[in-house]
Amino acid sequence: MFLLFRRHEKTRGWSAFADHDGLKKAVSTLLAAALLAFLPAAAWSADAGRGKALYGQCKRCHQVGGGAKHRIGPHLNDLFGRAAGSLADYRYSRAMKGAGSGGLVWTEATLDAFIAAPRAVVARSRMSFAGLEKAEERAELLAWLRGFSGARSDVPAAEPTVTPEEYGLDPKLLAIEGDPEYGAYLAGECTTCHKPGGGEEGIPSITGWPPEEFVIALHAYKRGKRVHPAMQLVAGRLSDEEIAALAAHFHRAEDGP
Amino acid sequence: MKQRNDTGGLSRRRFLAATAATSTALAAPAVLGQARPRVVVVGGGAGGATAARYIAKDSKGAVDVTLVDPSRAYYSCFFSNLYLGGFRDFASIGHTYGALAANHGINVVHDWAVAVDREKRTVGLAGGGSLGYDRLVLSPGIDFRPGSVPGWDLAQQNRMPHAYKAGSQTQLLKAQVAAMRQGGVYCMVAPPNPFRCPPGPYERISMVAHALKQSNPKAKILIVDPKAKFSKQGLFEDGWQRHYPGMVERVGPDFGGDKVEVRPASMEVVVDGEATKVDVCNVIPAQQAGRIAAIAGVTDKSGWAPVVPHTMQSRADANIHVLGDASLQGDMPKSGFSANSQAKVCAMAVRGALTGSKVFPARFSNTCWSLIGTDDGVKVGAAYKATDAKIAKTSGFISKTGEDAELRKATYKESIGWYAAISADMFG
Ligand SMILES: Cc1cc2nc3c(=O)[nH]c(=O)nc-3n(C[C@H](O)[C@H](O)[C@H](O)COP(=O)(O)OP(=O)(O)OC[C@H]3O[C@@H](n4cnc5c(N)ncnc54)[C@H](O)[C@@H]3O)c2cc1C
Ligand code: HEC
Ligand code: HEC
Repeated sequence: MFLLFRRHEKTRGWSAFADHDGLKKAVSTLLAAALLAFLPAAAWSADAGRGKALYGQCKRCHQVGGGAKHRIGPHLNDLFGRAAGSLADYRYSRAMKGAGSGGLVWTEATLDAFIAAPRAVVARSRMSFAGLEKAEERAELLAWLRGFSGARSDVPAAEPTVTPEEYGLDPKLLAIEGDPEYGAYLAGECTTCHKPGGGEEGIPSITGWPPEEFVIALHAYKRGKRVHPAMQLVAGRLSDEEIAALAAHFHRAEDGP
Repeated sequence: MKQRNDTGGLSRRRFLAATAATSTALAAPAVLGQARPRVVVVGGGAGGATAARYIAKDSKGAVDVTLVDPSRAYYSCFFSNLYLGGFRDFASIGHTYGALAANHGINVVHDWAVAVDREKRTVGLAGGGSLGYDRLVLSPGIDFRPGSVPGWDLAQQNRMPHAYKAGSQTQLLKAQVAAMRQGGVYCMVAPPNPFRCPPGPYERISMVAHALKQSNPKAKILIVDPKAKFSKQGLFEDGWQRHYPGMVERVGPDFGGDKVEVRPASMEVVVDGEATKVDVCNVIPAQQAGRIAAIAGVTDKSGWAPVVPHTMQSRADANIHVLGDASLQGDMPKSGFSANSQAKVCAMAVRGALTGSKVFPARFSNTCWSLIGTDDGVKVGAAYKATDAKIAKTSGFISKTGEDAELRKATYKESIGWYAAISADMFG
């Protein structure tokens, strides 16, 4: 139960491992599992506990609940028990797909390890999330997420990942049709820093995003509502049409080598 | 069909290259039998590898691209300082050209370009062959200006390494630092402007100090500098104070840093007439465009090659583009990031000229990260636009002293993400 999973290059399978921080993580996984065991299934409600608040860290990329759709990441309904990278209509990284076909199934233990340090479990995943350090927080988040797995009628409707209004943007910006050919040229500036497909810490992955999230993120930098000097410099000189062109390009762009 | 390769004798190397080119053509049957426009790229570094990759990738086989570089592996100068500091291993800064050939059909020729005939549009190779081109891209990096540091020439590079072209020189410098006697002196003779990577020498000081602090804490570092000011000076000096107090001393031009001479035989550095014995001497001489640019006749008396900012075409010859360190373009620093940025503008212009593909307005940018100590990264960046006179800076940013440790760590992590991304953008 409290094992971590790491891909075996040779056998292309998954197995438990223990190394120096493996032990540390295994202990925290044990803790999380123990905490989960104390949360009675019947007590679940979408508003109980801190789970929902903790999910705030996932919300900008994932939807969960009634009518949830794939956004930057896949929807998280019926997550427990499903194989990693297995939803047919979401474009996963090669790494995530490979993990699933190699036998990685989402359970309390594997999810706990994944959320603690995503790339320690799926090394070149496109999910750019640093990790939730505290075992109790992971346990609470997972208990909450678990409520969206299995047939039940009391789940609330999915919330949007991000809205233009959150950043004071005119929703009309989302309607601009981008020219992907221009986007492909402009993208040359981005790929010096953003590796196609991502898979590195430090600079997030931006391929395969829905155009809406992409446009909102760039306008947020452009207007100083998201603060990062390099991205503000880059976005600061992009016109509305150029942002739309980049969004169209990266939406379709392939993961790199 | 145009002559695709050399007209000279078919040496073994050329034969292999020609074989590779045939399999390329097979991989792209749509263009078999047609005369494809030919691009020769000299120099497989930040500028050249990127240009070759983008021209081949975006023209989808419509342009025949040959990349000439004598080395089978490119060791990047960027992150070579981190290797000196023990933050990267040597293998991690080495890259091979296999994917450029396999993924994009680029014909990679391992040889030196030694001649350019601008009339006939051919490049002569040291191995004897010659390559015809419709467009030539030169991105040969830098060479050292002879005589800029009296007493030093290339024959002394094993005794007093420059490590300003990465590879065995970088390994040598690291070995010399590791072997230094306890309490010894590491001296850097810093270069005058302009030179590749303005923060490079000072990042190197930080990384050497980091290594010495662990293995040789009483050692001293002496910088002999002809410049009054240097890049990110406030950030570096603040970092040296915090991480390596009392270790680093810099002699600027006010104390004779511009009047330096070295004596490799006795390992002495003479500053303003006064000789000091040192244990390691890292001489970074004054620089100019890689020699092939002068051979091609595209440099001016500055020693660099003036270019048209909108296309990176040489001002002396519209069939030649010059990228990266070798170019004289205006406000961009000589960096790997800049060379990569310029290469994409060049690639678009070359494709436009040879295949009629759409050409968009040029845009350039640069960010240079430097590591000062463990998890203590800083950066400087700017955006640029093409004007008729030069590549002109439009806006920029720089890290500040007093930033919290978390931000500095995030900045360092960004640099790791950048290194992975630019490596894939050049060689992937
Ligand atoms: C210590 C140090 C640290 C640095 N750190 C950074 C950094 O953090 N970030 C950054 O952006 N930049 C950094 N740089 C700068 C960066 O390395 C250069 O600006 C960049 O490599 C320039 O690219 P280029 O294409 O002009 O030349 P290069 O990358 O040097 O490539 C030139 C290539 O041309 C080949 N060549 C030369 N002559 C011929 C010929 N006649 N025939 C065939 N091939 C030839 C060479 O073998 C070489 O492979 C650093 C530099 C140094 C020295
Ligand atoms: C920055 C956007 C982002 C954030 C934030 C994020 N994710 Fe993800 N997530 C992704 C992406 C993208 C993928 C697909 C990864 C791949 O294909 O490699 C993914 C995949 C997943 C998967 C695998 C799903 C499957 O179908 O196999 C799980 C589980 C997951 N995320 C959970 C979370 C949780 C829980 C959080 C919050 C703690 C979170 N994610 C935060 C973007 C994000
Ligand atoms: C100098 C390096 C650099 C360049 C060039 C760059 N980016 Fe970024 N980008 C970053 C960094 C670092 C971040 C993370 C910033 C943060 O923490 O908010 C980022 C964040 C982003 C995000 C938000 C990611 C997220 O998970 O929320 C998007 C979208 C984005 N960049 C798009 C682009 C586009 C499009 C370009 C080219 C026009 C580009 N970037 C060029 C470094 C860069």
